[in-house]
Amino acid sequence: MNLTLDIIYLIATITFIYGLKYLGHPETAKKGNLIAAFGMGIAIVGTLFLHDLVVPTFTYVLIIAAIAVGTVLGWIIALKVQMTKMPELVSLFNGFGGASATIIGLVEFNKSIGDPTQTTTTMAAIIIGSITFSGSVVAWGKLNGTMKSLIRLPKYNLINNVVILGLIVFAAYFVWSSSSSQPLLYLLLFVALVYGVLFVIPIGGADMPVVISLLNSLTGIAAAITGILYSNMVMIVGGILVGSAGLILTFAMCKAMNRSLFSVIFGAFGSTQAVAGSQSVKGDIKHATVSDVAILMNYSQRVIFVPGYGLAVAQAQHAIHELEQLLESKGVQVKYAIHPVAGRMPGHMNVLLAESNVEYNKLAEMDDVNPEFKNTDVVFVVGANDVVNPAAHNDPSSPIYGMPILEAADAKQIIVNKRSMNPGYAGIENELFYNPKNSMLFGDAKTVIQSLISELKGM
Amino acid sequence: MQILEFIKDNLHLIYILILSVFIGVEVIKNIPAVLHTPLMSGANALSGVVIVGAILVMLQADPTDYIALTLGFMAVVLGILNVVGGFVVTDRMLQMFKKKKQ
Repeated sequence: MNLTLDIIYLIATITFIYGLKYLGHPETAKKGNLIAAFGMGIAIVGTLFLHDLVVPTFTYVLIIAAIAVGTVLGWIIALKVQMTKMPELVSLFNGFGGASATIIGLVEFNKSIGDPTQTTTTMAAIIIGSITFSGSVVAWGKLNGTMKSLIRLPKYNLINNVVILGLIVFAAYFVWSSSSSQPLLYLLLFVALVYGVLFVIPIGGADMPVVISLLNSLTGIAAAITGILYSNMVMIVGGILVGSAGLILTFAMCKAMNRSLFSVIFGAFGSTQAVAGSQSVKGDIKHATVSDVAILMNYSQRVIFVPGYGLAVAQAQHAIHELEQLLESKGVQVKYAIHPVAGRMPGHMNVLLAESNVEYNKLAEMDDVNPEFKNTDVVFVVGANDVVNPAAHNDPSSPIYGMPILEAADAKQIIVNKRSMNPGYAGIENELFYNPKNSMLFGDAKTVIQSLISELKGM
Repeated sequence: MQILEFIKDNLHLIYILILSVFIGVEVIKNIPAVLHTPLMSGANALSGVVIVGAILVMLQADPTDYIALTLGFMAVVLGILNVVGGFVVTDRMLQMFKKKKQ
């Protein structure tokens, strides 16, 4: 090992810690990201050039070509993606990291035969890497709608647990037998990939943020494991940092949704949804027209917007900001109530509304805004569903029972904009829609908000 | 016995693992909800540190071992995609927060 390289790795590790720390505060977040990126840059360049190996030029050309291809591709994808597509993208990039760890494990497998510690490590890299890869790809497919949102095999809990146990036994067999069988190795890879798919397909949309965060954490662990193969400090510490940070974020999200991490890990996840409670909701649904709502808002003093994934899908973030400014110019006080898990990723709504330049102080967090609903004239729910569902309070059989929600029902008047009466991503009915104070305003969020704006302009 | 042996041989490693876990937890605790998405994205970019391993695979590969070279090439491309894509996306998100602060 080269001492200069060791020092570079040390510096890179420190930048990672500072980077993560700075990312946690609004004022320093941007700097934190750049610091971490700088650290990653020197670690990569150092690895390339500071070593005692004799490397043929051909290999160098290949490595540089690979880096160039990946950099250009990654940069283009990252710059082109729409802000609403962010959760999918994070999930996809995460999958790439997992795939990379898997491939490293596959290549190093042959060298590790006979050394139980090294074999265990390569096995772990292959298994965890492939689970994150296929799991992330499925999450990506589900989020961008190319895949059905929820697929449940019969007895999927049992199947999943049997498959993961089988994988562990399979890996243990490799370690004990010092087998060098390539077909068996690829069978192991295949089973791990299948497990990743099985792990993510039964999970309903409302739980998706938790899964992405968990997969993110797993990629970190996979990176740390491959680091152990090379006794490479920057990989070990960097990977573990991401692993534990991702886990904390997962905990935070579980808490917001009133789920235990145990049920996440052991696949009991969302299993209560099997009883999907569409029962016992009754009453009539009232419809409102665009001009009804425009008049209502025009004569209100306080209005709260509750944005959800529907807003993101309709790309209505700019329109809603325009509506907010128009109402403010008419003397109406407007706020946005942001549920921690609104959208498909924690903070998704914040990023989206930031894109359309909504003021920071207009975004209210759940605990701050909940007491304000009683004094609110109109709550305008745009493409959100589960985060305002009163079943979280009153229906112990509901899968979201116990989840803290935005108390939209406390407001004097509720307007819900949705495309149709279809239940939300969690697949459950929402009794808020049947509340006497509620009126439905059906239609695409962007179209509806734009017509509201033109109505209001004419008043 | 084997486990004790393992602990003895890898004591440094075990210390590093445990301390890193605590640093990760402490550094991330009490993050405002606004920053959840950028933080996740930034942490995701950091997990691309696996690229270092991918480069090592290629550096150590026998120049005639085309399978190792091909696999290594794929690993490098995927790893750098994770790194570059992750950091650029995070920067883009944070740029938007910044703009509004004026």
